[in-house]
Amino acid sequence: MEPITTINGKAVALPIENIDTDQVIPASYLKVTDKAGLAEGLFQAWRYLPDGSLNPDFALNRPEALGATILVAGRNFGCGSSREHAPWALQGYGFRAVVAPAFADIFRNNALKIGLLPVTIDEESYHELLSHIEEDPATMIEIDLPNQRLIMPGGRAVPFPIDGFARHCLVHGVDQLGFLQQQEDAIAAFESQHAVAVNTLQPN
Amino acid sequence: MSSPKTLFEKVWDAHVVRPESSDTPAVLYIDLHLIHEVTSPQAFSELRQRGLKVRRPDRTLGTMDHSTPTTPRNALGIIPVIDPQAINQLDQLRKNCAEFGITLFELGSLNQGIVHVIGPEQGLTQPGMTIVCGDSHTSTHGAFGALAFGIGTSEVGHVLATQCLLQYQPKTCAVRVEGQLQAGVGAKDIILALIAKYGVGGGTGHVFEYMGSAIRALSMEERMTICNMSIEGGARAGMVAPDETTFAYVAGRPYAPQGAAFDAAVARWRRLPSDEGAQFDREMTLDANHLAPMITYGTNPAMGIPIDAPVPTLADMPDAPSRQALDAALAYMGFEPGRPLLGHPIDVVFLGSCTNSRISDLRTAAALMKDRKVAAGVRVLVVPGSQRVKRQAEEEGLDAIFTAAGAEWREAGCSACLGMNDDKVPPGKYAISSSNRNFVGRQGPGARTLLASPLTAAAAAVTGCVTDPRTMIK
Ligand code: SF4
Repeated sequence: MEPITTINGKAVALPIENIDTDQVIPASYLKVTDKAGLAEGLFQAWRYLPDGSLNPDFALNRPEALGATILVAGRNFGCGSSREHAPWALQGYGFRAVVAPAFADIFRNNALKIGLLPVTIDEESYHELLSHIEEDPATMIEIDLPNQRLIMPGGRAVPFPIDGFARHCLVHGVDQLGFLQQQEDAIAAFESQHAVAVNTLQPN
Repeated sequence: MSSPKTLFEKVWDAHVVRPESSDTPAVLYIDLHLIHEVTSPQAFSELRQRGLKVRRPDRTLGTMDHSTPTTPRNALGIIPVIDPQAINQLDQLRKNCAEFGITLFELGSLNQGIVHVIGPEQGLTQPGMTIVCGDSHTSTHGAFGALAFGIGTSEVGHVLATQCLLQYQPKTCAVRVEGQLQAGVGAKDIILALIAKYGVGGGTGHVFEYMGSAIRALSMEERMTICNMSIEGGARAGMVAPDETTFAYVAGRPYAPQGAAFDAAVARWRRLPSDEGAQFDREMTLDANHLAPMITYGTNPAMGIPIDAPVPTLADMPDAPSRQALDAALAYMGFEPGRPLLGHPIDVVFLGSCTNSRISDLRTAAALMKDRKVAAGVRVLVVPGSQRVKRQAEEEGLDAIFTAAGAEWREAGCSACLGMNDDKVPPGKYAISSSNRNFVGRQGPGARTLLASPLTAAAAAVTGCVTDPRTMIK
């Protein structure tokens, strides 16, 4: 995984609450066995018109939003299914971070695993950010991960929480599976004293 | 004496390989890992790339459910898969399970079905276990007093390789449901009412423990319906303390311990319920006495009302974002604020999904539909949750009741719950669905979904419109 320290990018806003993962990527795109083609299905119902052409009114399709790398969205972003296809699609499209007042748990976990940064900011800053983007659709913001702050267009720094371990992994490009593998001795010791009544290889 | 613990804390503590520190999350051991064709292929690719093995094939089990067709078998008794992408996904799962030594419940075999139906049915799901699956409705298994939650594909890879997950301990929330349900009101109505009350993000960061007299009175299948939709309330997982109802359900199932081993297990399971005085971080409550059958009018599961109530108006909404959300939802659904849903015509009825496709759900629906006909112009899909449920229903003659009424009797799978196969609701059409999600396009592009109980769905099948099932039961 590529290390992430600072993300400087154009922001695009989808100020809707409870954007669910079926909106981010509908089930018809989940038939892949790799990650190919997912970006194409991102926000499908909103992004395309019934005839398949791009919907010019959708925020991501406006010319000013081209090249945006930071998505700003409403509370409880990513609720619904556990499909990692949702963060894959966002990342495949070119997003490097999602900023919202709150995230659904599984989405947040999934995003952190693949290096799509979920940035939780307070409601007030969220609304301030929205008005900046409304005024200037080419608004640039900076996300400084090591110092856990988002720099608003006016220069104000907004702190955001992220657990120390995830931050460490993202900043250094450390992969979490590697960390788990290093726990082998502890896992083996645990297994030797932990009885499980189930054996999936044979019914009792 | 150690301080009193909640059910969740007992299960969590018993699975900590390495405790959480200031720098790292806890390493949590997973007892059972269920996999299916949609969220596992990329995880196996990752294993191959890194040259890793599956650490515990004996704690891993695969089934086929999401992209599988539910169309009736052909003359050879085979369920034909036509979609080339689905064929590819199923082949990959076969190949992955064969190569890594994992038991697979093959499409059409007696054991196959929706992952959250087959786990409990086979006795794989047991009290006190940690269970994960690349699927958010893994919360279903919490009905047994297991800690069960959905994970993403990266984490599927972690569990395959190490049988462990990196986790921060979630908070706990006691969900008290007291009272007695009226006739015609069931478990699905409890959970829809709870989500309507606390919102789709209400449980974020928490594990629910459902308790109270109304929960204790429920069967295992009803408890599963409630735990299933914990995720729709934003919770990471939902749990119910195991009791005699639980033990009786697990007893004798294929993968459950037998004889003396079972007795020993029950003795352990009896120690799981939350201790007297155990502290929860939060509490929610619901009164079961006055609950009506619930139905959703909007595009998230919290947009629910008693079936005889009017659709809310903008003035009922507390803030601007909820007014906006209501406005958008009603525009999509084609409903008017302030108007009742009762009597609104319906095009499709879907009886199925991991929320409500078990034998008791089918019995409830069949009892209402017996000697009645599906209303003209309505398509009714009855999709059993597993092949075993299907067989049981056929032994009881339920399939005959459904088909005599004019409903379609299908093979087991997720079906129109998520519209990954051909079982979809056409654009603009109205479906009453016993599933769990009414998101925009969930059951097919443009589909308009009303979530309800299997009983309410069956009532609509017969009348062709939104109907209070209490008016139709004897
Ligand atoms: S039935 Fe629906 S909710 Fe359940 S596992 Fe299948 S797709 Fe998911």
